[in-house]
Amino acid sequence: MTSAPTKVPAAPSETAALRGRIGDSPLRPDGTLKVQGEFAFGSDLWADEMIWGVTLRSPHVHARIVSIDVGPALATSGVYTVLTAEDVPGGNVGLDHADQPVLATGVVRYHGEPVALVAADHPEIARQAAKKIRVVYEELPAVTDGRRALEPAAPQVHDGGNLLRHLKIRRGNPDPVAPVVVSLDFEVGMQDQAFLGPESGLAVPDDAGGIDLYVATQWLHADQRQICQALGLPPEKVRLTLAGVGGAFGGREDLSIHVHACLLALRTGKPIKMVYNREESFFGHVHRHPASLRYEFGADHDGLLHYAKAEIVFDGGAYASSTAAVVGNGGTLGLGPYNIPNVQVDCYGVYTNNPPCGAMRGFGCVQAAFAHEALMDELADRVGMDRVAIRQLNGMREGDRNITGQLIDSAAPVAELLQLVQDMPLPAERLSEDEFDLLSLPGGVSNTTHGEGVVRGIGYAVTYKNVGFSEGFDDYSTARVRLEITADEPTVTVHTAAAEVGQGLITVEQQICRTELGVQRVVVHPRDTQVGSAGSTSASRQTYVTGGAVKAACEAVRAKVLERASTMLDLELSELVLDGAQIVSITGDVVASLQDVLGTDAVDETVKWSHRPTYPIDPETGQGDAHVQYAFSAHRAVVDVDTELGLVKVIALDTAQDVGKAINPDAVVGQIQGGSAQGMGLALMEEIVVTDGRVRNPSFTDYLIPTILDMPPMKIEVLEYADPHAPYGVRGVGEPPTISSGPAVAAAIRRATGKALRRVPIRPEHITEG
Amino acid sequence: MDFLQPRSWSEALEAKAAHPDAVPIAGGTDVMVELNFDHHRPAFLLDLTRIEELETWSFDNGRVRLGAGVTYSRVIDELGRLLPGLAMASRTVGSPQIRNRGTVGGNLGAASPAGDAHPALLAAEADVELASVRGTRRLPLTEFYTGVKRNALAPDELIAAILITPPSGPQQFCKIGTRNAMVISVSAFGLALHPERKAVGTGIGSAAPTPRRAYEAENFLAQALDAAGLWETRATMPPELAREFGNYVRSAASPIDDVRGTASYRSHSLAVMARRSLSWAWDDYRRAA
Repeated sequence: MTSAPTKVPAAPSETAALRGRIGDSPLRPDGTLKVQGEFAFGSDLWADEMIWGVTLRSPHVHARIVSIDVGPALATSGVYTVLTAEDVPGGNVGLDHADQPVLATGVVRYHGEPVALVAADHPEIARQAAKKIRVVYEELPAVTDGRRALEPAAPQVHDGGNLLRHLKIRRGNPDPVAPVVVSLDFEVGMQDQAFLGPESGLAVPDDAGGIDLYVATQWLHADQRQICQALGLPPEKVRLTLAGVGGAFGGREDLSIHVHACLLALRTGKPIKMVYNREESFFGHVHRHPASLRYEFGADHDGLLHYAKAEIVFDGGAYASSTAAVVGNGGTLGLGPYNIPNVQVDCYGVYTNNPPCGAMRGFGCVQAAFAHEALMDELADRVGMDRVAIRQLNGMREGDRNITGQLIDSAAPVAELLQLVQDMPLPAERLSEDEFDLLSLPGGVSNTTHGEGVVRGIGYAVTYKNVGFSEGFDDYSTARVRLEITADEPTVTVHTAAAEVGQGLITVEQQICRTELGVQRVVVHPRDTQVGSAGSTSASRQTYVTGGAVKAACEAVRAKVLERASTMLDLELSELVLDGAQIVSITGDVVASLQDVLGTDAVDETVKWSHRPTYPIDPETGQGDAHVQYAFSAHRAVVDVDTELGLVKVIALDTAQDVGKAINPDAVVGQIQGGSAQGMGLALMEEIVVTDGRVRNPSFTDYLIPTILDMPPMKIEVLEYADPHAPYGVRGVGEPPTISSGPAVAAAIRRATGKALRRVPIRPEHITEG
Repeated sequence: MDFLQPRSWSEALEAKAAHPDAVPIAGGTDVMVELNFDHHRPAFLLDLTRIEELETWSFDNGRVRLGAGVTYSRVIDELGRLLPGLAMASRTVGSPQIRNRGTVGGNLGAASPAGDAHPALLAAEADVELASVRGTRRLPLTEFYTGVKRNALAPDELIAAILITPPSGPQQFCKIGTRNAMVISVSAFGLALHPERKAVGTGIGSAAPTPRRAYEAENFLAQALDAAGLWETRATMPPELAREFGNYVRSAASPIDDVRGTASYRSHSLAVMARRSLSWAWDDYRRAA
């Protein structure tokens, strides 16, 4: 977007000198600290007199708890208290459905479910004491396969059946036929968010039965609501402040240490610190849903899609978390950014005794994209079409309707994004076997090939993803902005509860304030629950929604200042403009200084801001305006595959994405790089291996994420087609790259190997044996 | 847990004799992980980082005597020409930080079948020097590994050094991992050609309860090269010879399925690595003429 924001005049000198407005890339205030190892993460929290909490977790996948004897643990020197389900005063917790006990009550439903808590004056003492808690279990039959969970005879995870949600889309002809039909089955393994900062927090009791919780999280107010539910306390007694967050990616949307630390603090009257180690972290947060997908496309001989059918089963694990919303996304968006006149989708979310799954970057679209993009390649090959051309032929354009019948009412540059990545220069040809460079070959310095067996492949993928919460959710944010003169300088303080998880939102808030109020000095207040909810830092929504709230609060502040000036100077309000430290007339004359107008007062405005509404979809047809905005991206992957050993080196991973308006261009590029790496990780290596409900690799030794030697340099083309409905025209940025990168990598490997490869992550043996 | 910090080798041996259950620690890249995960709670840690002679390498009757405390980084920087196979293996260990701290002696002490140094040392027919207050003994590495993460150290012994003959011929090391750096091996293979004695050395990693040599493969190849006069002529190696060598190596392994890979893939990859590494080594041998 090129037009200036509406109310700030473009001209005067002071404004022009401002550094760090929208469109600039000011340095992040946390950046240098993080690089130098000085940033205080949640795990660095400390309070005088604090003691440590630990969790005892279920070793079983599904079992009845016959008895718990805490005596020996409690008798351990240094132990303050041991708590079990009986000590939880309130009810269950859960993001959408309150189906999860704070501590297992009578039954454990997954490997790693919290059963008891210990507080002691040293974490090691607490851990040793937890081992002395004697829990007698009686194992129960378990269901650990998503499709089996829907069979009538399957063990029931909860009363009321294993079906969490069934989303149906029925559009067009119910019995479509087409001259060309392709189909596939696809499986997606369980990915982990793999954030580097483990779950951590500090709960500090007050003298009046209340508590202050400092915690690394994604959504302070949803946490607060659930903690109040579990503790039976009103919100004013449960105050949250965001601690330093070391990555989130959806994995901090559900509670982890929150209620546990508060329970221990209220019981002992002491500040409680809790930090998971890496192994516990793998049990302490939800993962990306594994999915089983069956797809069929019907098209004419020229590759034009006539119909699509999809059946998707998301394994939600033992508790609901956000499974229903993941089903919403997977179902409504799971056929990709294509025009398809006749559609039948059945998307299921089910309970099993596997680890609970919930939010992760890409939220239901990631799994589906692997299937629809693989099938699109298959269709292209069948009709003899170029793989990019077939996507451009079927790709959405502005003015089209998607499979829920929603009008795409802003840019939908599917064809252009694909063209951009296709036209980018290709990496150099591989060196000959006589002058090989190990680092550029599959296997790297592990020296498994000098070029033998190596075949290059190129793959493409495109996606679209909803931004913000959908299906009628009341999705808003709150911002408080204060303008005052401090030390003879105008100062803005911006206060929101929006979690900064590393994405750079605090910088964006500063940029918006500078732009709207023309003030250089913008102080960002710590994020806490003393201001209204900002909604979740997820769904690529914060720059849009909290950015919108900050913009609106700035506008309210500006209006107040001008009202004061108008009264004071006896001038028409419409003739006044706020420009940093001055009030100017519309003719450009300075009529007063801000100092004159404000004196020692502050103008302080709080605004609750919502994006335009979304609506539930029809339960039978799935039709409706479910989403507020769509963001599009395309990737081209170039891989070298050692076809004999099944090892892969991604040589290039190039992308084009429409971001509407890049508020902070450097941060946008950072999001695209990181998201692309995470998507590539799922294609190649990232999987929590679960066998009969048990997690087998809860460590960074065996849960592999890409290193710098796995991630190639990227070429990134950022388009800025403003969304006229969004503040500044912004479009969410964080998720699309995670969706289209993995399928492009998988496609490139299929191209290189000629193998079908209908499962990710693609392991070496899938290539050598498949 | 008590922390023993001897200032000399003799003090260290005395400490180990006095506390046979003490766990020696040098770089800590294995031991600290065990401690942090509470897999192991030794009564004593025996810190070996103050003992200078452990961190040196020297020549000993024509062999390299590598102190047990020499790090992988130093092997790479200082011994790339003298111990090429071990240097190649060292480059695949962990990250730069791990290579700066981790030691070859520690790899032997842990005796994990997945230790990266083992295949290279086995192929080079290394010996290990073990010491105690009772004296010093040297034994072939093949006798050192006794089971999964078990070795031949007596309770009062410490690993003093590894003895490796500088090669008379080319060496290779290959390792399979499911990413391109910082990865534990799914399978690994070390190869050394010993033309002065017309012999072949091999080492297999991550595909049996212990690191092991593929004796039949060694004998097969040495004899085949000899029978065809190839040691002398340095002629092109027939591709079927390399393939058959790979098959022998595969047969020598007894891998399992685990979370890192399948048994069948481990077997397959060993055959491929053996074949390829032989062709590279043979090319080096021919070029060296």
